[in-house]
Amino acid sequence: MSHGHDEHTPAEPETPQGEGNPGGLLTKLRAKAKSPAEMGEEFKKTQVWTSIFRHKLDDSHRNRSLAVLSNVFLHLHPARINRDAVRYNFTWGMGGITFYLFVLLTLTGTLLMYYFHPSKAEAYRDIMFLQHDVPFGNLLRNMHRWCAHAMVITTWLHMMRVFMTGSYKPPREFNWNIGVLLLLFTMLLSFTGYLLPDDQLGFWAVTVGTNMARATPLLGHEGPFGPELGMSAFNDVRFALLGGSVVDANALLRAYIWHCISIPIIASVLMIVHFWRIRKDGAISGPAPVMLESEIKDD
Amino acid sequence: MDWNQVWTLVSLPDNVPIVLLLLMVPFYTVLAFREAAKNDRLIAELERDPDLRKSHHRVPYPWKPGWPKTVHVWPHLLKREFLAAIIVTAVMIVWSICLDAPLEEPANPSLTMNPSKAPWYFLGLQELLVYFDPWIAGVVLPSIILLGLMAIPYIDVNPLGNGYYTWKQRKFAIGTFLFGFLVLWVLLVIIGTFIRGPGWLWFNLGETWDHHRVDHQVNYDLHELFGVTGTWPVFFFGLAFLGAFSAVVGGLTHLWIVKCMPAMRKRMSLIQYANMLHLWILMMIVVAKIIARLAFTVKNFWVTPWFNI
Ligand code: HEM
Repeated sequence: MSHGHDEHTPAEPETPQGEGNPGGLLTKLRAKAKSPAEMGEEFKKTQVWTSIFRHKLDDSHRNRSLAVLSNVFLHLHPARINRDAVRYNFTWGMGGITFYLFVLLTLTGTLLMYYFHPSKAEAYRDIMFLQHDVPFGNLLRNMHRWCAHAMVITTWLHMMRVFMTGSYKPPREFNWNIGVLLLLFTMLLSFTGYLLPDDQLGFWAVTVGTNMARATPLLGHEGPFGPELGMSAFNDVRFALLGGSVVDANALLRAYIWHCISIPIIASVLMIVHFWRIRKDGAISGPAPVMLESEIKDD
Repeated sequence: MDWNQVWTLVSLPDNVPIVLLLLMVPFYTVLAFREAAKNDRLIAELERDPDLRKSHHRVPYPWKPGWPKTVHVWPHLLKREFLAAIIVTAVMIVWSICLDAPLEEPANPSLTMNPSKAPWYFLGLQELLVYFDPWIAGVVLPSIILLGLMAIPYIDVNPLGNGYYTWKQRKFAIGTFLFGFLVLWVLLVIIGTFIRGPGWLWFNLGETWDHHRVDHQVNYDLHELFGVTGTWPVFFFGLAFLGAFSAVVGGLTHLWIVKCMPAMRKRMSLIQYANMLHLWILMMIVVAKIIARLAFTVKNFWVTPWFNI
């Protein structure tokens, strides 16, 4: 056995590990080497790091503000807020939870779309497939369903808290109105999703729901003055919603497009306006200092 | 008491959200009123003591001179938001593992589901179908609800209670809103979910849902009780009754407001006041129709060849 290695460094075993040979290569390298913490600091000076994070990280007021303001996802927040506004008892976190549920719904909904065909032949089968064959498919479907229900509830509760804190009063009148539209579209989002499994539950719920459209005044064929205006089951507003006179293939496709594209876009735009407005109206309304009857200045 | 029926209803996966609603709505109502009580106590104290008015920071939370009035969003708000996100995620995952979303038989237009119900959040409107023609329950009332909600900031001119919970400073506004939300919306949803069975008939909680039950109850229209006949007499009778009802409700409400809330009336323009009274009268007509139908089996107040109210 002849290893060149053995011949050139016979003394190595005697040298205690870790200390190295004074003046040797290893020692020189060790002297230059940096601790992980130092390496981290060094990395923060590189072009790669500074191109991503535009502010320092040490704990200063300036950096705490910049952490929020220089991040696209966080910058909807102001840098500072009313010290009591973070109390759970004021907002109940309801608006934020509603938004977070919308995010979860978008994620799970997109994943569901990979497995779903909006056609009479395939829709129901696809749901069965999701439940029994797709890995985690059942969990995915359940999450989407229950998040949708939860979002309707949290939207109602959010509206109630906004009312109870009088937060629709000036200057927030307009944002309350955006909120009312969000309330409507949240329920429509949920409603259009109900039909998609193409089962008895969805079919009859949507039948009951859209039957009301028959009775729309002027525009429905069973509504007051509808027949007088020439409405029939084949040209009225219900026909437009369903793409037919009964809930069938076209209704499924329409519900799908409303549910997956149109309403999410409308709701997202409204949410962008809603959040922007909260900032522009001077952040959330309170908890504001209480005002007394005797201090009202009526002009 | 058919506990099996109760359990079937309550444990139906799609009804679980309503059970949740049943718990959360009262919880948050109480929470809001507790916060309001804290503020109302503070308000009373400040009204009594002019000196305190100048020095107090006017929030019922601890504060010392020198403390900043604002805090950094990072970390004080963001840590709470991240925590909330984690909790919501955990709750939703556990919920989704424990309960499966329902999937019935494939859609079958020739096999009617009985009862066939809209999704639970629309059951309040479906319940209104009992009391109103479909065009009112399904189209007019939802539109008025939305328009009424949108009008709130423009007709509530009370400058008090902007950004804090209070009851004493906003009794009328809060009372009206909560009546509409808790009774006319949430309660009707709950009735639609748990009480309305096959044929949309009324089954008390715990009563077995009998699919063969036939309702022999006869409903009358108001004019029948008064023996009015003939298309036009009936038309004008109903019109007069609804007109009189609105006038009485509107008049009483007006008197009440002028007597007990004169400041509110003074601050409102005529248009604001008229809109507010209109919405109030409409709400009372809904209440009157529900009571008339459930307690006195009276269906319509106003019958015309084109529509009934
Ligand atoms: C998809 C539905 C909605 C989302 C995601 C949403 C989100 C939010 C968020 C995150 C806030 C910040 C404060 C908080 O969390 O309470 C907020 C505030 C507000 N929301 Fe909404 N909201 C929705 C629906 C509504 C509805 C239905 C209304 C009223 C009818 C409404 C009216 C308002 C108003 C007036 C504010 C300002 C509150 C204040 O300044 O205290 N929003 N919303």
